[in-house]
Amino acid sequence: MIKTIDKASVTPSRSAAAISWIREAALLPVLGVLLVVGALLNNHFLTVSNMTGVGQQVSALGVVVVGESLILLIGGMDLSLESTYGLAPMVAAWLIVPAASFGNGMMLGSFLGIVILLAIGVAVGLVNGLLIVKGRLNGFIVTLGMTILLAGLQNGTVKGQAPFNLPTGFAYLGSATIGAFPVSLIVAALIFIATGLFLRYHRAGRAVYAIGGNRDAARAAGIKVDRVRIGVYVAGSVLAAIGGLMEAGRVSSVTPQQGYQEGIIFAVFAAAVIGGVSLQGGRGNMVGAASGVILLGLVQNILDLEQAPNYWIDAINGGVILFALLLARVIGGEASAE
Amino acid sequence: MSEPAVAAAGIHKRFGSTRALRGVDLTLEPGRCLGLVGRNGAGKSTLVSILSGIYPPDAGEVHLNAPLATVFQHSMVVPGMTVAENVFLGRQPRRRGGIVDWRQMREQAERVMADWGFDVNASTPCGNLTVEQRQVVEIVRALAAGTRCLLLDEPTAALERGATERLFERIRQVRTQGVAILYISHHLEEVFEICTDVAVLRDGAKVLAAPLGEVTKTDLVTAMVGNVPARARAQLRADAAVREGRPMLTAEGITADYLRNVMLSVAAGERVGVTGLRGSGATTLARIVAGAATQDAGTVHLNQRQLRPGDRAGALRAGIGYIPEDRQADGFVPLLGAAENIAMTVTERIAAAGFINPKRRETLAAPLASRLSLVSAGLGQPVGELSGGNQQKVTVARALASDPKLIVAITPTRGVDVASKELLLGELARITEETGASLLLASDELDDLVICDRIVVLVRGEVFAEFHPPFDREALIAATEGMGAHD
Repeated sequence: MIKTIDKASVTPSRSAAAISWIREAALLPVLGVLLVVGALLNNHFLTVSNMTGVGQQVSALGVVVVGESLILLIGGMDLSLESTYGLAPMVAAWLIVPAASFGNGMMLGSFLGIVILLAIGVAVGLVNGLLIVKGRLNGFIVTLGMTILLAGLQNGTVKGQAPFNLPTGFAYLGSATIGAFPVSLIVAALIFIATGLFLRYHRAGRAVYAIGGNRDAARAAGIKVDRVRIGVYVAGSVLAAIGGLMEAGRVSSVTPQQGYQEGIIFAVFAAAVIGGVSLQGGRGNMVGAASGVILLGLVQNILDLEQAPNYWIDAINGGVILFALLLARVIGGEASAE
Repeated sequence: MSEPAVAAAGIHKRFGSTRALRGVDLTLEPGRCLGLVGRNGAGKSTLVSILSGIYPPDAGEVHLNAPLATVFQHSMVVPGMTVAENVFLGRQPRRRGGIVDWRQMREQAERVMADWGFDVNASTPCGNLTVEQRQVVEIVRALAAGTRCLLLDEPTAALERGATERLFERIRQVRTQGVAILYISHHLEEVFEICTDVAVLRDGAKVLAAPLGEVTKTDLVTAMVGNVPARARAQLRADAAVREGRPMLTAEGITADYLRNVMLSVAAGERVGVTGLRGSGATTLARIVAGAATQDAGTVHLNQRQLRPGDRAGALRAGIGYIPEDRQADGFVPLLGAAENIAMTVTERIAAAGFINPKRRETLAAPLASRLSLVSAGLGQPVGELSGGNQQKVTVARALASDPKLIVAITPTRGVDVASKELLLGELARITEETGASLLLASDELDDLVICDRIVVLVRGEVFAEFHPPFDREALIAATEGMGAHD
């Protein structure tokens, strides 16, 4: 190794930056191919209304993916996000809608309902975080138990009914549009951008990468590791609750199936990992996570438009996920899709 | 001499723009032990990887006339399995139907141990073994597979003195029975102790090869360093008298694993060394002072302020910089860049409203990086891609970035080549002089401790002796073993 030391140590490396950019954008060509394929198969595919429709459909999922990605980045994992995604809007809706729409009769205002929804997110995240970080329990098992518990609460609260007739204020996030664009899509995009910038430039965001990359080194460097980890579990659960609010608004009711029984956690993990967020922590970013979400959304949309036979949809979806993983590995190199 | 076990000729290897090896010839003879030395980045690891077949050379040939096995720095035994299972990992003796024959496996393992004169119980789970015994298991595994050529890559890096001696005894046994050995080490004394021949690599080329009887230590160092003058040599302070200032650090009644009621104080600007054998508590004491470990009893005060036990973030705020013992485990984040790792202790200084400006991060890291002669493809390069010595420089720079009042350093030169070692020690000494910071240096390498104003020797968790310059090497070594009169 012969290098002019001083020059080498202060000049930022162009090629390294280029490589990391390629990794971030690894899925873009795949998305391009999907757009072309979709357009060839169906005239309606590349229309504004279809695309915003896709956007609205995936924005709820996308917000949960942001939450899960944060948790994956610190080297954790959270299976209970899917139940928070169901339980938080369920309890809020139950307290808001009239008894005739399967509410409990308290008929709280929409605003108060949303506050309660967020509080449930905070509470679930805090319990998970404390059990995992302070109680030193295994995150997989803690959140597995939590997801079943929360799903049971979701079902039990309404005895299997689905509160409907959500007031406009509560449904606004999931159903309203500004011009041609669904509010949920705009908000989800803002959440992706804000989280991306936060992770890239904020001290706490960099601490997330440091902790996920090497927890002991982060601690030795004086980073408050426990606090950041608990904070990330809370943020993840709050984002899951917001995702659930979007979904409730979109379908204008909260079904007992929302979240856990739909098994959305698998799509959440798939989107994050396809997008290059490592299950081992410390690696991944929001550009990738967003590409993963969009990829799943486009595939789903193409299948819907082509009226793929219902019985086969799961098989096709699973195949697409595996294929996308392989592709991400090939394009992104050694480190991706771990 | 019989035909060589391994003959490599004209080996070239290039990684991108780096020419890691440039036409290296190497032969390993049965019954000989060749020491391979060179600075970090000289090409030692690349050569080992090529000989072990991990990757092919770009040019040149490797002839193996005997099966070859490599014992790496990091242990490759499965901790949950017994010694016998590890020895026969992947090729267990089987009965009909592919059932593992446990009894035969144990007996064969015991026989191999006996044949080579080793004494590890074949039924012990490897997780219960010492690091040294695990290395023996790895050597036995290689021998049991019929290997007659061993590559040992810094086998003593994690061993204390006694264990090193025992391991050397085993290596000698194996060698005299006709095994060819390649021994890679940073410690020239070890090479002189165990090897029969030596080869020096510099910048990917073999610059010296000779039987050990024909070269001196100085010859080797000169060959390793080349024509570059050894810079920043750690020198003894002229006013070696202990600074009489009031103590800035006092640790009192420290009791923990390995430590019993230890008292230690460090004056402002003073450089204090703490040393002892593994298990003496020297590193534990340093970790407690840095807030990286928690004591069961006792207090640590910095400038009359009591530090909360085990609160690393608090200790950092109070002004304690920390160079941890094991850089792989807690020295750096491998995926993040050098600048980000260096600035990790001071993110509040380069952030506005919590948001970090990457430019300011580089501006902060660059002077430290060049001061420590960090070699990288740019400060954004992930530290995981740097060589071991440069990783250590990042770890040291990270500690210095916070302008500490007290630097706690644990074996800061472990796994670092001779020239970088002098540079790191020199810089630690210089920085304490320039800034008036104190240094608490825990190390079992006496060469590290020469920069200290005072050396405290711990034996079995208690302060045993204290030394002042000029240090008597023999007396120091004797003291660590718990011998000799109290100073």
